[in-house]
Amino acid sequence: MTTPGTTAVPGMTGMTAQVLRSEWTKIKSVRSTVWTLGVAVVVTVGVGALISGLSAREYKNLSVESKIKFDPTFTSFAGMGLGQLALIVFGVLVVSNEYSTGMIRTSLAAVPQRGLFLFSKITVATALAFAVGMATSFAAFFTGQAMLGEHSVALGDPGVPRAVVGGGLYMTLITVFSMGVATMLRSPLLALGILMPFFFLVSAILGNVPATKKVGQYLPDQAGQKVMQVVTAGNDAPYGPWAGLGIMVLWVLAALAGAYAVLLRRDA
Amino acid sequence: MIEAVGLTKRYGAKTAVHNLSFQVRPGTVTGFLGPNGSGKSTTMRMILGLDVPSAGHVTIGGLPYRRLPNAPRKVGALLDAKAVHGGRTARKHLLALAQHAGIPARRVDEVLGVVGLQEVANKRAKGFSLGMGQRLGIAAALLGDPEVLLFDEPVNGLDPEGILWVRNLMKSLAAEGRTVFVSSHLMSEMALTAEHLIVIGRGQLMADMSVKDFIAANSAGFARVRTPDGEAEGREKLTAALVEAGGQVLPEQDGALRVTGLPLPRISDVAHAADVRLWELSPHQASLEEAYMRMTQGAVDYRSTADPRAALQPPAPAPWQQPLAAAPPDWPESSYPVLPGERPNPYAQPPAAPPQAPPAPPAPQAAPTTAPADLTKRDSEDAR
Repeated sequence: MTTPGTTAVPGMTGMTAQVLRSEWTKIKSVRSTVWTLGVAVVVTVGVGALISGLSAREYKNLSVESKIKFDPTFTSFAGMGLGQLALIVFGVLVVSNEYSTGMIRTSLAAVPQRGLFLFSKITVATALAFAVGMATSFAAFFTGQAMLGEHSVALGDPGVPRAVVGGGLYMTLITVFSMGVATMLRSPLLALGILMPFFFLVSAILGNVPATKKVGQYLPDQAGQKVMQVVTAGNDAPYGPWAGLGIMVLWVLAALAGAYAVLLRRDA
Repeated sequence: MIEAVGLTKRYGAKTAVHNLSFQVRPGTVTGFLGPNGSGKSTTMRMILGLDVPSAGHVTIGGLPYRRLPNAPRKVGALLDAKAVHGGRTARKHLLALAQHAGIPARRVDEVLGVVGLQEVANKRAKGFSLGMGQRLGIAAALLGDPEVLLFDEPVNGLDPEGILWVRNLMKSLAAEGRTVFVSSHLMSEMALTAEHLIVIGRGQLMADMSVKDFIAANSAGFARVRTPDGEAEGREKLTAALVEAGGQVLPEQDGALRVTGLPLPRISDVAHAADVRLWELSPHQASLEEAYMRMTQGAVDYRSTADPRAALQPPAPAPWQQPLAAAPPDWPESSYPVLPGERPNPYAQPPAAPPQAPPAPPAPQAAPTTAPADLTKRDSEDAR
């Protein structure tokens, strides 16, 4: 069989660039990208601003203990628990759209190196989630502090830059974790059906019931959210803010390893 | 060149493809025929490295797909016309695939032109008909200007003009020296498109031969013999005499007899010797579709039963009975369309035994209930 001159074999770098470009085309050519990311920004900033505004009004009625524990930075991130759900939808759809449409077969025929395909897709979506997550985190912080008025903190205060950057990282990591889980489960309904209730309810319950708190604080979102806290009074977690984010990173790596192993072995 | 050697795929206890060995050569259109669920798509997926064979291997130009350098520029495939994100436009869909393989973006507009989708290039794919989906899938297969092309059921959902277009496209791609492998469950379509046939049933190879040989081997003719109505003893006498003379006789639903293995003059002589009058003695050509059905008969996964329509309708003669009863005894020859390229009626010469895959004798119990009714229908379908 002859090889026409036009089909020069690209190197690994060239191939990675091709696949990254293709995944970027895919991600920006569907409306769900704009919708899910847009909702994540609006909900996170909006709910954060609302809670911050209410907190500012209620501050004078708080007990002394509550006043000591009051964390203006974390308060401005109050919308993240809801906003992260939109990011989970984004992460799940990016991956499972390939499966639900059957496009995965065309994609894997075009990129027989499955690892390259998976990590190119995840890289592109992660970069986008990082950009949106960072912007959201800063926007939520500044809006929230504006609503808090006299109780606000400045970006230059100790621990605050770490918390705000950490907020952006947290939003990115939750998206990557969702993509890993969605790759393993394939079905968008199954992936959303597990991830949404888990991060919205189960994790919060496990983290607040005394009996399960010890376990709950090692869950990805519980651990990761510690990076956004500046006032650590009343925080009995046995790890610091960055270690908490580290625990979340371990969860994400585990999800990615699982996704890679499953994709490599499974028939498409 | 695609080469499969002992290709086997098992899903748990079910064997989808069993010990399949074949070659698909460049320069011709090779048809891949089999009933639904016979393992065609599974085989296609294994060729593309999407599914891993349980045993055996399949290579393209000597290498398995996943080790082929620059595979998407060498092999183009249409697997499923519906495998498109509905929210993406046709152009963006093709652009993403082109970028995957490092194909310049202007090629996207070229293939959109080839398949005739320029008008809807910027429309979202969810509004596409099945036929438009097929065209989009064919465009995707053509993107890399590949030497090897796989098409899984490409004419599904296309209108007659589209079917003709696909047929000519396949032929011209093959004429350019490419390897073209097209699956279908329609024998009539493959008889017009392909030069070589690979027939599978229940995942096993049933035939691997040129279309010409397939036709010669399988379009055995038969004679329809009708004795006067209401003379059952004449019919029985003739049946016995014909069987004694070495023919095979099957009763048809309208009371006629279907005779194989005896030339027409001999049947006439036998009838004369047995002193049985004949109302009809006509040569018939079994259609290719029928030959294919016969070949894969034992290998069909989903078989329908006759619909008794119990108590839904007042009893009425089945529709096929009416034209047959009304037909004059000297039925015009033109009622039995012959496909282009079909062999002349073997009843003009002594019948030759098929060189390959001798047809299994049809089960006598099954024949009167389903088969003849279907065959009448198929004869007319071949007229297209």
